[in-house]
Amino acid sequence: MTPLLSTQTLSLQIGATQVCRELDLEIAPGQCWGILGPNGAGKTTLLHTLAGLHPGDAGRILYGDRRLPDIHPRELAKLRGVLFQNEPQSLPGTLFESVLAGRHPHLGRLGWETPLDLKLARQAIQATGLQGLEERSVHTLSGGERQRMEIAMLLAQAPGLGMLDEPSNHLDPDQQILMLRLLKDRFTQYRRALIMVLHDINLAMRFCDHLLLLKGNGQQLMGPAGEIATEENIQWLYQHPVSLLKTEGTACFYFL
Amino acid sequence: MRHPLRRKLPLLALLLAVAFISLGISLMTGSVDIAPGELWSLLWQNHGSTHYRIIHELRLPRTLSGFAVGGVLALAGLLMQALLRNPLADPYILGVSGGAAVAVLGAMLLGLPFAWQAPMAFGGALASILLLFGLAHSGNWDTNRLLLTGVVLAAGWSALISFVLSLSPPVQLPGMLFWLMGDLSDALSPALPLGVLALGLLASLWLAPTLNLALLGPARAASLGVRIQRLHIFIYLLASLLTAAAVSIAGAIGFIGLISPHMLRLVAGNDHRILVPGSVLLGGSLLVLADTAARTLIAPMQLPVGVLTALLGVPLFLFLLNRGMPGRMP
Repeated sequence: MTPLLSTQTLSLQIGATQVCRELDLEIAPGQCWGILGPNGAGKTTLLHTLAGLHPGDAGRILYGDRRLPDIHPRELAKLRGVLFQNEPQSLPGTLFESVLAGRHPHLGRLGWETPLDLKLARQAIQATGLQGLEERSVHTLSGGERQRMEIAMLLAQAPGLGMLDEPSNHLDPDQQILMLRLLKDRFTQYRRALIMVLHDINLAMRFCDHLLLLKGNGQQLMGPAGEIATEENIQWLYQHPVSLLKTEGTACFYFL
Repeated sequence: MRHPLRRKLPLLALLLAVAFISLGISLMTGSVDIAPGELWSLLWQNHGSTHYRIIHELRLPRTLSGFAVGGVLALAGLLMQALLRNPLADPYILGVSGGAAVAVLGAMLLGLPFAWQAPMAFGGALASILLLFGLAHSGNWDTNRLLLTGVVLAAGWSALISFVLSLSPPVQLPGMLFWLMGDLSDALSPALPLGVLALGLLASLWLAPTLNLALLGPARAASLGVRIQRLHIFIYLLASLLTAAAVSIAGAIGFIGLISPHMLRLVAGNDHRILVPGSVLLGGSLLVLADTAARTLIAPMQLPVGVLTALLGVPLFLFLLNRGMPGRMP
């Protein structure tokens, strides 16, 4: 099965930080990847590089069997969608207009939304529990509502690969679970996949089947979550003592 | 499901009506007042009367030029605001008109013929645009850097303007001051400004859906399939060329580019598919009305229209600011 996204010997450096070195990543349909690492390790930059928003230093990035630079930006926007962490909106419109903007890659030449686009935007708003707030101006929304709006935008965009930067930001604990469950549900069916940067190792344990650990000095570890998420590796990653607590069916890391 | 923009169509119809009423008021008012009925027949039939000549040789060209210049200025302001993602942006703030003014005043000081003024203004504006581009464009578009460089550049032009003014012989000063304040009394060939307006409007309408995305931030716009670098350069050039054209026709008229998109955003939201045509209609109407007042307030003397747009613009802007802008700074 062709992977949705793969890299061949991808190297990336920002300033003095070697984010990754000769990374060979393969994201197959149905997988859910988590990127973990200490602050400043370059997780966001790597995500943006994989999304084609930031140039890599060496190596290749392929969507299916096509190289990233050969894909038209508009077509790329159907292959992958990004949930941003800090992308401020200026002169914002209403919540509905913002979610509808997610449909842009699917619009015709004139950029006019069809009834189907409007319907998909409404469905995305309902899926994220934001119904009733459609006409609210974006700058009056709370942090959590904003984050759910961003998720609704991504659902409306409906790309093949969801690339999430800190999807649980600003969300209450219950919403973190609901939104991640929603995203995982949408993005691991129909030959889609998900890759997300997370701070919370336990959310990663719960939702990701594969992990990529970035140390920030060019060292990296990746593989199935069960093999990667060991006490030893997590302690190495964060330089902090940690113990893995197991109860029936679930496991979670406790930072000492 | 109805498209959300359908609800905004009555607003555009209203603005269209306002535009026609403004044009009518401007044509009817002046040294001789002409009744609506007479105006209608004068527009379509040549009676050979003085009134016919007043309308066709003086008021109609000036009114149409005024409308076109107002529309062009509003469009340029709207584009700059989308480019800089800052509701306070306006081509004038970036020093474009300052560059034009220095070139025109220099030409006046050197005694170059009147016909040189418009080309000089256009050249000065373009030079300022390129200078700003060269100074502020370092690899990527940092809107703060562009805005700050523009403000400093405008201050530099303003110093040069004072310098030229202080060197100029007193007989030339009134002409120079009128030009600096913006004046439509010499704008009697509306074909060029109307052509510029039509081109600018078409280009902006074509860009409108992409402009909406540009407001969502460069990375997000790029992730949704916009070639953001190319879009930025295109908006910048389009807005600058529109400003240069407006300045070369009517001098440095301020506030239309700032006020019109603002007033519209308060009622129409932030979709450029409405803002583009709406700003043109509103900017054109505002300048036509301001020019009518400039011609008639202290007749037979004429005020430079830029004085009126600033006098009206400042309180209006402060009012809008206090009312709570729809697009607050991030």
